[in-house]
Amino acid sequence: MKGRDLGELALRNLREAFLRNSLTTLGIAVGVASLVAMVSLGVGLQDLATDRLAHSGLFDAIFVTPKSAAANFRGGQGPIFAPPEPPRPLDEDARQKMLALPNVVEVYPDIRFPTEIHFNGNPFATMAAGVAPSARKDGAFDGMKGSFFSGPDADEAILQIDLARQLSDQPDSLIGKSVVLRYAERQPLADGSGASDGFSIVPKEKSLRIVGIVETEPAGGVGSLGRGRLLIPLQLAQTLRTAQANDLRDLLRNNPNQHTYESLTVRVNDPPKVKDVEESIKDMGFTAFSLIDASKSLSLVFTVFDLFLGIFGSLALVVASLGIVNTLVMAILERRREIGIFKALGASDRDIRRLFFVEAGAMGTLGGIIGLFIGRLIGLAINLGTNIYLKRRALPEISVTAVHWWMAGLAILFAILVSLAAGIYPASRAASLDPVEALRYE
Amino acid sequence: MTNGNSIAIRTDHVARHYHMGDATVRAVDDVSLEIRAGQFVALLGSSGSGKSTLLNLIAGLDRPTSGAIFAQDRNLAEMTPEELARHRSHTVGIVFQAFNLLPRMTLEENVELPLRLAEVDREERQSRVREAIERVRLAARLSHRPSELSGGEQQRTALARALVNRPSILLADEPTGNLDSATGDEIMNLLREINASGMTIVMVTHEQPRAERYAHRMIHMKDGKVVDNGVRA
Repeated sequence: MKGRDLGELALRNLREAFLRNSLTTLGIAVGVASLVAMVSLGVGLQDLATDRLAHSGLFDAIFVTPKSAAANFRGGQGPIFAPPEPPRPLDEDARQKMLALPNVVEVYPDIRFPTEIHFNGNPFATMAAGVAPSARKDGAFDGMKGSFFSGPDADEAILQIDLARQLSDQPDSLIGKSVVLRYAERQPLADGSGASDGFSIVPKEKSLRIVGIVETEPAGGVGSLGRGRLLIPLQLAQTLRTAQANDLRDLLRNNPNQHTYESLTVRVNDPPKVKDVEESIKDMGFTAFSLIDASKSLSLVFTVFDLFLGIFGSLALVVASLGIVNTLVMAILERRREIGIFKALGASDRDIRRLFFVEAGAMGTLGGIIGLFIGRLIGLAINLGTNIYLKRRALPEISVTAVHWWMAGLAILFAILVSLAAGIYPASRAASLDPVEALRYE
Repeated sequence: MTNGNSIAIRTDHVARHYHMGDATVRAVDDVSLEIRAGQFVALLGSSGSGKSTLLNLIAGLDRPTSGAIFAQDRNLAEMTPEELARHRSHTVGIVFQAFNLLPRMTLEENVELPLRLAEVDREERQSRVREAIERVRLAARLSHRPSELSGGEQQRTALARALVNRPSILLADEPTGNLDSATGDEIMNLLREINASGMTIVMVTHEQPRAERYAHRMIHMKDGKVVDNGVRA
């Protein structure tokens, strides 16, 4: 029998016992909904964790420093007193080369400096740090009071809440007010020939408008955990030319005004690509460090978590598959004579088997689609409930469930496969009916 | 369609035995006969004589315990289940006493069913269904379901369904058994018309007078054996 005829006859049969087949289909739908809801919760939590970690600057970032000279001694492999090769300077040239590496989206220096800020005539010692524009996506800035910097070089500052509390009993009232930043600027010394052989450090001041207050200290990269309490735009921090710890190292080189970086943060577009980029940077002659291994462990934990959620979710579908077996076995009893007529008119055992399979598959497909829809609704309900709870606690909205297209496809495919598996026994039993006996059946 | 002198059906020492507990029921016991193409043959006998069992064996609905059954020179006893299904679909058409129409299908859909099973193209189906239905003079009842038809109309529908795949042999198991006398005659007249077009007909019946009126040959069975094969010297 041709596929289209098979489909038409199967649908006709399903319509005839509408209530029973609908209930069986609903059973499958509930099973699939349970599976989808469980797995979407697991995947959603994984997505949430991955997204948060990716945006934390921990898992998509590589912290790069110059190799120390001591690291170049070849212990035991060469002459003990062999002069070490000078480490490659972490300068602008190196930065551009890193930026040109595949999958690298951003390379920026970690600029931090001790400072004294003046507010209402009172001095406060703290640490200032430059913040890259990409840090706006960091979880630390979610739910911040005020706003992020209006531009990459705006004369603006974001305060960490502890510093803000030092400045005022009512931290929120600081937004819109100005603070004066006092810092040490590095200025080159010029001799008569125009060449420079050193620099001087000059105190400077800069007025900054407070635009926001952040709850936690943003981790601007692997190497910058828990540092700045006064955050300023990175480009502004660069133009301030504040004295850095590595300035002394630059001074000892032949050309002290060839500026080098103490460290660079390299951001990669996808955490799994970090390892390759990290190796490339090491090959360039720098020390590189990332937390990708921790990310792998996290992925393993979530894979196991998803697996168990999937197993629990599948149990309902397995129970639903027994409903299919029951429905189709009942259908054989009811349609015994009909099967005999089909065989008398030329239907082969294969035709009968396929007819029952198509009926099982149709119930599985429909149940899968409906179940996917119900499962997604359950997921949305979980999201809604979670966000109502978070809103009451003044926390930002999140999505704890997620249905990816591959998950939707797999759920329907799984429902069809389970239904077909459930149809094997009834279909074989129907196909093996003796036509003479079946035609005698009343 | 085969010509009038060829053999449409040949059985060679065919037996069909059933085991019921320790007892063996010899429903068909060593039956050998030949039916020529184009003949209208009536299988007669009392209840339990084995005539319906023999018809089922010729139809390919059942397999013999021993012996051979040839239809179109192929031994049904040696056919695979798929080949038997093709035999039922293409070589024979079957009409039952109880009509055996599918109650949820209309007259037209019932007649179309064998064409679906035989994988006939949709374009061709329509004309073949109409042709078969016109042959049994039921064109006005196409969209009616079996429950909306009289017994005679249902049997004519069953006849159209049996003819729609253009078989060479029509097998009828007590086709008038559920009909009144007048309606039974209508069906018999239709069978005669169909036979006149060259189709071989084997009809099981227990109505001797009707068989004498319509059939060319009468084969009498008793206790599973042919007691009179109806061939006159």
